[in-house]
Amino acid sequence: MNTSRFDAVFATLVLGAVILWFAPAGMGRYGTYVLSLWLVTAVAVMGLNLTLGIAGLKSLAQAAFMGIGAYATALLTTKAGIGWFPAFAISGVLCFAAGLLLGFPALRVKAHYLAFVTLAFSTLVWLVLRNEQWLTGGVFGISNIPRPVVFGVKTDNALPFHRFVVVVTLVLALILWWLVRSPWGRAFLALRENPVRAASLGVNIRAYTLLAFAIGSAYAGFAGALYAPLVEFIDPSPFQLSASFFLLLMVVAGGSGYQLGPFVGALLGVVLPEWLRFTGGIYLIIFAAIVIGLLIACPQGVLGLLERGWTAVRRRPLGSNPPAKETA
Amino acid sequence: MAEFLAYLIAGLATGAIYALAAIGFTLVWQTSQTINFAQGEFVMLPAILILAAVKLAGLPVWVAAILGIVAFIALFGWGFKLVIVDPMIRHGVLPLAIATMALSIIMKEGAKDGFTAEAQRFPSLVPQETVSLLGISISLQHIAIIIVACLAIGALQWFVTRTKTGRQMQASAQNPNVALILGIPVAQMVMLTFLINAALAALASILISPIYLAKFSNGEVIGLFAFIAAIVGGFNQVRGALAGGLSVGVIDSLAAAYISTSYRLAVPLVLLVGIILIKPEGLFGRKEERGV
Repeated sequence: MNTSRFDAVFATLVLGAVILWFAPAGMGRYGTYVLSLWLVTAVAVMGLNLTLGIAGLKSLAQAAFMGIGAYATALLTTKAGIGWFPAFAISGVLCFAAGLLLGFPALRVKAHYLAFVTLAFSTLVWLVLRNEQWLTGGVFGISNIPRPVVFGVKTDNALPFHRFVVVVTLVLALILWWLVRSPWGRAFLALRENPVRAASLGVNIRAYTLLAFAIGSAYAGFAGALYAPLVEFIDPSPFQLSASFFLLLMVVAGGSGYQLGPFVGALLGVVLPEWLRFTGGIYLIIFAAIVIGLLIACPQGVLGLLERGWTAVRRRPLGSNPPAKETA
Repeated sequence: MAEFLAYLIAGLATGAIYALAAIGFTLVWQTSQTINFAQGEFVMLPAILILAAVKLAGLPVWVAAILGIVAFIALFGWGFKLVIVDPMIRHGVLPLAIATMALSIIMKEGAKDGFTAEAQRFPSLVPQETVSLLGISISLQHIAIIIVACLAIGALQWFVTRTKTGRQMQASAQNPNVALILGIPVAQMVMLTFLINAALAALASILISPIYLAKFSNGEVIGLFAFIAAIVGGFNQVRGALAGGLSVGVIDSLAAAYISTSYRLAVPLVLLVGIILIKPEGLFGRKEERGV
């Protein structure tokens, strides 16, 4: 992995943001909403990509963390009258703290115990959201969630809010891009590749896995903080366990460990269903089957498949001496 | 007191179901490092298959039951191992675990879209009556579940420890390389655990569905409790999974009666986190050693 590939990621992110800023022209309210939802989901998937793809941990509570962020933002902006930006920060901090609290006991034992602890946590969050009517409104949820005001500009309409989501997503993606390149990110990668060797080189395994999980969870909180004003009404159903499974499948479908993977995964998970509406309810089955197929054929996901194809294409003209140019 | 005993028996009955699911889960984990996140759906689906055969093909219940169970074991024992586990396990444990999550979505959505989203009545083997014994009213179904599940688990335990095939299976789980050198057909033994897992799930499905009704979403709760039972019991033991299942069932039943019905699910979850904090190898488990 040399630095030029990371620069390509940076360029793609910025270029993508510029395109998405103008993309909704002529798409109408609903089309714009779907684009925004894609980006919001991608933020949650980005966090999970750090947890799973970079640190190699299974978290089954990403949707629950997203729920915590969404409810925190909704409650703070409707009932407490706090602005969106502090609510956004609080949502992230809450999920970061919850991630530390959950991860600490689980990671003390064995990495796969995190899966079961987060599974349990997911159910617990759902129970609280559904039962504590005085706070969360129970199954009736919270409605009339205001959209943020940025530098005096209201984002009540679909287009300004979409542009706002584009900017926030870009900033969050760039922070992760920087993080993975930093020494911290290198340590995360070392953990995934060979934890025992990483430990022998002086990487504090437990601290770094915990940190990766907590940061990944905070991203779910950020995604939730964007999700609440996007849909303007939240109830417990989108934050169930099956939603967490679905987010994991998106990480894998896009290409776990690839920086741009979450965008591809969320595209498959969120935007494709809109085009496949004619299939009715079986879209989920199609998506899950695609993921199983991908896992069998190419566990690196769509981006891994593309990369494989790209190297094959580049190698072909040099057919006589294939190993000569393998720097990609 | 009478009330308490009634809750205890109800808890033991559901606990026996969780134990069946947890035992299959640990068997498959032991022999092939497969963490099956679709385990709950494995218990949900057989009942749906049987009902579908009755309603859509008009078969008599007993024919549908036999066909449904055979089809389920073929598809989700043999087929699951062949189509999903075998090609995936070379990529490691993580992709396989995620593939089972995808499978759980397929099973759940398939049951919903292919059959029905409504909860369906499922025929019971024993009459749905309660008998009065020493002032306690006991549901016959609960008694039947406890007896059948205990017989099945007893038979399994006998098979694993007393027969040649069972011992070969244990050897394959404990050390596949040495087992192979000793001439044990390890691949067949691993397949056998997948078939046993599917059979246990089918049995659990037939036992639980008359009480819970057959519904596509049943797997969520059953799966969660099976995981908790497996971890509480030690993750690598048949008797651990049995004890784990029974205790989780009883705790759930008592929590619903005496603590809070809306938070009954939370109590076993707290138990899970407590066990992981205090005794992570489970109540009956051995510590696993890990080398470089």
